[in-house]
Amino acid sequence: MKLHDALSGLALLLLALLIGWHASSFPDVPGQQIGPAVFPRILACLLALCALLLMLRGRQATTEQAWVQLGAWLQSPRHRRNFLITLGCLLLYVLASEFLGFLLCGVLILCVMFYALSVNTKHILPLALGITLLIHTLFYKGLRVPLPWGVLSAIQW
Amino acid sequence: MSFAVWMQALDLVLDPQVLIVILGAAVFGLLIGCIPGLTATMATALLVPLTFFMPPVPAVAAIVTATAMAIFSGDIPGALLRIPGTPASAAYANEAYLMTTKGQAELALGTCLVFSAIGGLFGTLVLIMFSPSLAEFALQFSSFEYFWLMILGLTAAVFVGSGSRLKASISLLIGLLIACVGMENPAAHPRFTFGLPELMSGIELIPMMVGLFAVSELLRYVTDMAPPPVVVATKIGNIFGGMWGLLKAYPTQLLRGSALGTLIGIQPGAGADMAAWMSYAASKKFSKEPEKFGTGHVEGIAESGAANNSALAGAWIPAIVFGIPGDSITAIAIGVLYLKNMNPGPTIFINNPQNIYAIFIVFMLANLIMLPLGWLTVKLATKVLNVARNILMPTILLFCIVGAFAVTNSSLGIILILCFGVIAFVMEENGFPIAPVILGAVLGKMLEENLVTSLIKSDGDMLLFFTRPIAMWLAAATLIIVTWPLFKWVLQKRQLS
Repeated sequence: MKLHDALSGLALLLLALLIGWHASSFPDVPGQQIGPAVFPRILACLLALCALLLMLRGRQATTEQAWVQLGAWLQSPRHRRNFLITLGCLLLYVLASEFLGFLLCGVLILCVMFYALSVNTKHILPLALGITLLIHTLFYKGLRVPLPWGVLSAIQW
Repeated sequence: MSFAVWMQALDLVLDPQVLIVILGAAVFGLLIGCIPGLTATMATALLVPLTFFMPPVPAVAAIVTATAMAIFSGDIPGALLRIPGTPASAAYANEAYLMTTKGQAELALGTCLVFSAIGGLFGTLVLIMFSPSLAEFALQFSSFEYFWLMILGLTAAVFVGSGSRLKASISLLIGLLIACVGMENPAAHPRFTFGLPELMSGIELIPMMVGLFAVSELLRYVTDMAPPPVVVATKIGNIFGGMWGLLKAYPTQLLRGSALGTLIGIQPGAGADMAAWMSYAASKKFSKEPEKFGTGHVEGIAESGAANNSALAGAWIPAIVFGIPGDSITAIAIGVLYLKNMNPGPTIFINNPQNIYAIFIVFMLANLIMLPLGWLTVKLATKVLNVARNILMPTILLFCIVGAFAVTNSSLGIILILCFGVIAFVMEENGFPIAPVILGAVLGKMLEENLVTSLIKSDGDMLLFFTRPIAMWLAAATLIIVTWPLFKWVLQKRQLS
């Protein structure tokens, strides 16, 4: 998805203003001229300046550019779906890993991703199980990362 | 540089555990570099969560080895598929592929391997010889000099790179603003935390890097419409044949490529890919047979192959001596050095000399073991190139998740990789480079600290920023870099009128 430079410039300008406004709420350090707001404020000013230049350049551009140009992948249902699935898998882990545990989440994520990327259906489950167990062993046993067990905590090893 | 310190360093490196890490990282780097779409930067980002659990020397050794290997093995798909495995191989991928079509795949790959290794060793020698004396010089620096040094580094990163300077500046500012999050600022006031206690200590660097360089790459893969590359199944013979003759034929090219590569590497913002492009151009310009370039001629490959590996070592000079990264790989590495309490800067040669010399030895070792391992990778290349990417990519996703979790021990890490993955993906689609973001995020805290310290010391007098001798030169250099495009523009206007 490609935004027109003037549009991304506008968004960045708003961001810079927001940061500058928020920074002005930082308190001063007693007895000192330089408080916590100084550095973010300088950055916000520079960002606003760059954003303005970007908007200006977008307006001056000779070639006609659409405000929002959808990439080719956004028009292909398959690629659009795969994009959402990838993000969905990450979200699923955030939301469900405490309850389901790493092993179930891992297998689920891999199965969904393999299916979406058209891995041979017969290989999906064994591959997902094998890879999840491998990563689990490496991190849980090898590096002692406390990966959650979730509903499988009864069979914890 | 005493002998005893070198022995101590050697002792650190020869620890079997460190050697195993080096070997593992080498294989990992060779594989990642060889697979198109997976870059040396991604290899580093994926390694960082693992290095989190290691002592300092193996942690840095893993990064050094993996990147050196990945930069070489990026040449393999370049030669066999005309798709560079890493951006650093892009300059001469076409030339190498043309050699393959002429039946000279062995010569092309052999040149890439041997000249990469020698270039890497050259860069390492420069690193070993110059960084201690540079560090001694840098010991006189105060916050004013450091402030300008960082500004100079960041400006160069934005202005020297290819692409839109304006968009690179915006990326850099975003990175610097990210570094403002949390309460680790001179006033210790929580900024931009939105009341979340998790953000008090700032945005964790490792999940951010994994998001920026690995998750975004995955998103690009799942949205990639290009058909999968087809490997020309060629049997590759002895790649070392004829190398001696080539070394004798092109000594100047080897030296020039290595020297130029190291110099470009030292410059902040210009990494291995730019070194390869510039060396290839230089090679063509000074060649006795420039007409052969672009027809499958080995000369340019020899020179730029040496350049990209030497740039890798060169980039470590400012990283170790000043703590200023030369490219995104060293930016990640600096993050790791901080995590390991090996704060980069001139004092590292006083506080932890054995650790730094151990890293130097690892550099040497990595470039030496590149020869046999690289040979093995080339032998297996057709198999590696055919690896099912639809299985590999989801595995990397799961790896990213666990890596992010391992560092934060909470879901916050995964939320961070998700957010930064999407941000990087959208930014790249709109032509905003990602490397300046990481440079800004790594340097932001230090930059602010030096600015505030200097302002307090000078009691708000801005003149002190320009009157100290070294600071003045650094400021002048910054000014020249910033005004150079404007100057060029005026010159062009004058010539036109």
